[in-house]
Amino acid sequence: MTEYTSVTDADRREMLDAIGVACVEDLFADVPQALRLAHGLELDRGRSEQEVYAELRELAARNVSTEDELSFVGAGMYDNYVPALIDALISRAEFLTPYTPYQPEVSQGGLQAMFEYQTAICELTGLPVSNASVYEAPSAVAAAGYIAKHFTERRRFVVSRGVHPHAIETLRTLAHGWEMDVCEADLSDGLTSLPALDDDVAAVIVAQPNFLGAVEDLAELAAAAHEAGALCIASCDPIALSLLRSPGECGVDIAVGEGQTLGNRLDFGGPSFGFFAVSEPLTRRVPGRIAGETVDLDGRRGFVLTLQTREQHIRRERATSNICTAQALNALAGVIYLSWLGRQGFTELGELLVQRTAYARERLAALPGVELLHAQPVFREFAVTLEAPVERVIERCLRQGVNPGYPLAAHYPEHPRGLLVAITELRDAADIDRLAAVLGEAVAAEAEAGASDRSGSLEQVRS
Amino acid sequence: MTAVASSIEEPLTIFERSRPGRRAFSPPPLDVPRRSLDELLPGHLRRAQPPRLPEVSEPEIVRHYTRLSKRNFDLDSGFYPLGSCTMKHNPRLHERVAALPGHARLHPLQRPERAQGALELMWRLQSALGEISGLPHVSLQPSAGSHGELAGVLLTRAYHEDRGERRTKVLTPDTAHGTNPATVTMAGYEVVKVGTDPDGNVDLDDLRAKASEDVACLMLTNPSTLGLFEPAVAEIAEIVHGVGATLYYDGANLNAIMGICRPGDMGFDIVHFNLHKTFTQPHGGGGPGAGPIAVSNRIEPFLPRPQVVRSDGHNGDRPGYGLDFDRPKSIGRLRGFQGNYGVFVRTYAYIRSLGAEGLRDVSETAVLNANYLLARLRSLGVLEQLPVAYDRLCMHEFTLSGAPMRRDLRIRTLDLAKRLLDFGVHPPTVYFPLLVDEALLIEPTETETRETLDAFAEIVAEILREAAGDPEIARGAPYTTPVRRLDEARAARRPVLKQEL
Repeated sequence: MTEYTSVTDADRREMLDAIGVACVEDLFADVPQALRLAHGLELDRGRSEQEVYAELRELAARNVSTEDELSFVGAGMYDNYVPALIDALISRAEFLTPYTPYQPEVSQGGLQAMFEYQTAICELTGLPVSNASVYEAPSAVAAAGYIAKHFTERRRFVVSRGVHPHAIETLRTLAHGWEMDVCEADLSDGLTSLPALDDDVAAVIVAQPNFLGAVEDLAELAAAAHEAGALCIASCDPIALSLLRSPGECGVDIAVGEGQTLGNRLDFGGPSFGFFAVSEPLTRRVPGRIAGETVDLDGRRGFVLTLQTREQHIRRERATSNICTAQALNALAGVIYLSWLGRQGFTELGELLVQRTAYARERLAALPGVELLHAQPVFREFAVTLEAPVERVIERCLRQGVNPGYPLAAHYPEHPRGLLVAITELRDAADIDRLAAVLGEAVAAEAEAGASDRSGSLEQVRS
Repeated sequence: MTAVASSIEEPLTIFERSRPGRRAFSPPPLDVPRRSLDELLPGHLRRAQPPRLPEVSEPEIVRHYTRLSKRNFDLDSGFYPLGSCTMKHNPRLHERVAALPGHARLHPLQRPERAQGALELMWRLQSALGEISGLPHVSLQPSAGSHGELAGVLLTRAYHEDRGERRTKVLTPDTAHGTNPATVTMAGYEVVKVGTDPDGNVDLDDLRAKASEDVACLMLTNPSTLGLFEPAVAEIAEIVHGVGATLYYDGANLNAIMGICRPGDMGFDIVHFNLHKTFTQPHGGGGPGAGPIAVSNRIEPFLPRPQVVRSDGHNGDRPGYGLDFDRPKSIGRLRGFQGNYGVFVRTYAYIRSLGAEGLRDVSETAVLNANYLLARLRSLGVLEQLPVAYDRLCMHEFTLSGAPMRRDLRIRTLDLAKRLLDFGVHPPTVYFPLLVDEALLIEPTETETRETLDAFAEIVAEILREAAGDPEIARGAPYTTPVRRLDEARAARRPVLKQEL
């Protein structure tokens, strides 16, 4: 008996009698003897709750979290403030522990929350149809590509290099199985520069703002895609949609994005959720769960999972996707967060981020040895180029308790000294001043070290 | 009925509660020089109107979602024998440790040397899952079971391509979860169905006939979705490997066999785990979950990027942990970052709490509970109306057929399921597996007491007795739930997928 089971020896005896077997071993008669584990699993003994807590606490203590350093790392996930009411509400057992709402009569809470979530996502994206969420943003980009493949029956994706590198890589992983090509469109002065689009392009995939922080002219990109008969897919920062023209208004066909920033924790990358919204003609091609409003036998309003003929439990190999889950709890946090911000607060948060980001961008650009990587409008993230090896500069900053941003070299070899800096509402003016001071010192120190050692060692540090 | 009661019964949406000017959020003060917004974000890039989000105060939000929550049935409140879903208790320790800031507020792009605790946890979890499955190489990346399936089929493709082979078909038994065939299509293969024999096992003759050099893989759930262990699994592996195909293990039913036998020892090449089933990640009303995969040596080179790796410490230092991106044969990424780490924390805590013996006890008890419940239903005469689809010892779940009940009592499996709601029980999975007429798939899990199983059996017997007297009662059920049966046809025919604002 473990702490999570309750069969006593006496219970077991009586239960085996009721079944009509002599011992538990007999229940596994169908498992061939040759396949049975002779010596049990080679894992440690079980531990008490307090021992497990202590071990997990010790592991946590060996991580440097955003509580332990002044972090300006974003690049797809952001250290936003998560209001206390989210923790309280999503830890309610009624939200935390149920399965997918297969029995709508006893799942109205979860289904209505999905419906509210879908409404909120439609408002943000300006598109008429949202599903109840998918895993996260990069796989959502790939799932959107799958719709475009079937909708256009074409064989090529044109994806901007401003799309999150993980999303591009995920798309490539899947496109290989679909026998489709993925072509990358370069960035020019920070913005997507589309090549001539042939009639084999299924979708043009862009990000808003893009990975380098620049706000794209989505309407222009969508128009170019449509001119070539392709769909336009945009991966959007939902917080930026507080101020930016909605993808729907810009003519985007499928808007997806990372929901972590809407009231979810960083969690070292997950679980979070991806939002997924489409234009009307694509409604019945959407992957995953969708909640819809209906009435019960007595005419009372209620909610159900709907358009299920898209889904694999009915359609099997002809399903529009193999995705059979949402990220319901994370999406619930998302809609609670958006309600908490509210109509005015959402805009106010957006403006605060834009103002603080502009301030940070100006402060950093004024530092000797720091230049803007591009001068395009930005929302809450921007890229700079350092006149010193980025990794060494970061090392110096970390020693001062400041994590200045995410180095771009691994994804953009043409920007070996690029640094992506993210601002959230948790980073105030004093924090930004501190970043400027520490980064300025680090760049100056490294530039000096470089000047006294011109042997080319700088190049070695390029990662 | 009072106004209060009716507003609880028919809650408004959060949007309908909105009143202009109300708010919950107070923004931090603007502490930097204010610049003109037009200068920062040119007008043609900005939206004319803010999104019409609800305008509500904090107490309203808390009350609204608290009330909504009370319109959900949940695992903490009652029995939830939803077959194939493994609705076991969710230990609250897991929520506590996952919320520690060192885990919860760790940025996914934190430099590996500053995320050693997280990487070590992932590495230890990989080792444990490798041991449990008997397949040594683990990727934690996939986000869900179906995502793990997709990873597995893409790994299969990469494996064959690396050998210069182009195969086109994937075999799935007709009992398979719907995600299996859907995954096959999504990975660019053609589905070929394999039949089930009269005992509920894979039809070996059919398998032999369909196993050809075109076949890339057989996806198998064992125990099957019928709750039955495939006694001939070694022979199945031989047939599949004989034509050069891979053997994929759908881990949905792993809860039956932990510490008893291992997919790797049965001959499987690839397995996915459902951490939200077997390892108690709370289901959250439909996600999040996680679907890690474990593979054999020959599949290892193709695993997704990045992999968590360990390097030995020098001079008695701790070993170091890192992310290995340099995997030239990898299928690539399947998602952003490193996977659903918050789920890994909970799973790791679960495995540490139970240890080797505890995990074995979990599976033994899950199988004991399922067989006991079946025996109780039998002793109450329930099986006369709801015969077990294949009458043998089951594993952690079993499948009944409601065909005689429909014929004799004139109620359908759906009616029985809806009537169960009035007794405070979540119904089993219904109408799956597809090959059983009026199917009812019942999985009690190991965390339920014998008394709960006894009570459930009595309730089913009671509903059948009641239906014998008056079938209309079950046909009209449920009566005590926040809403009664919902018009699903209408929802699909005239979809209302969002609120008009």
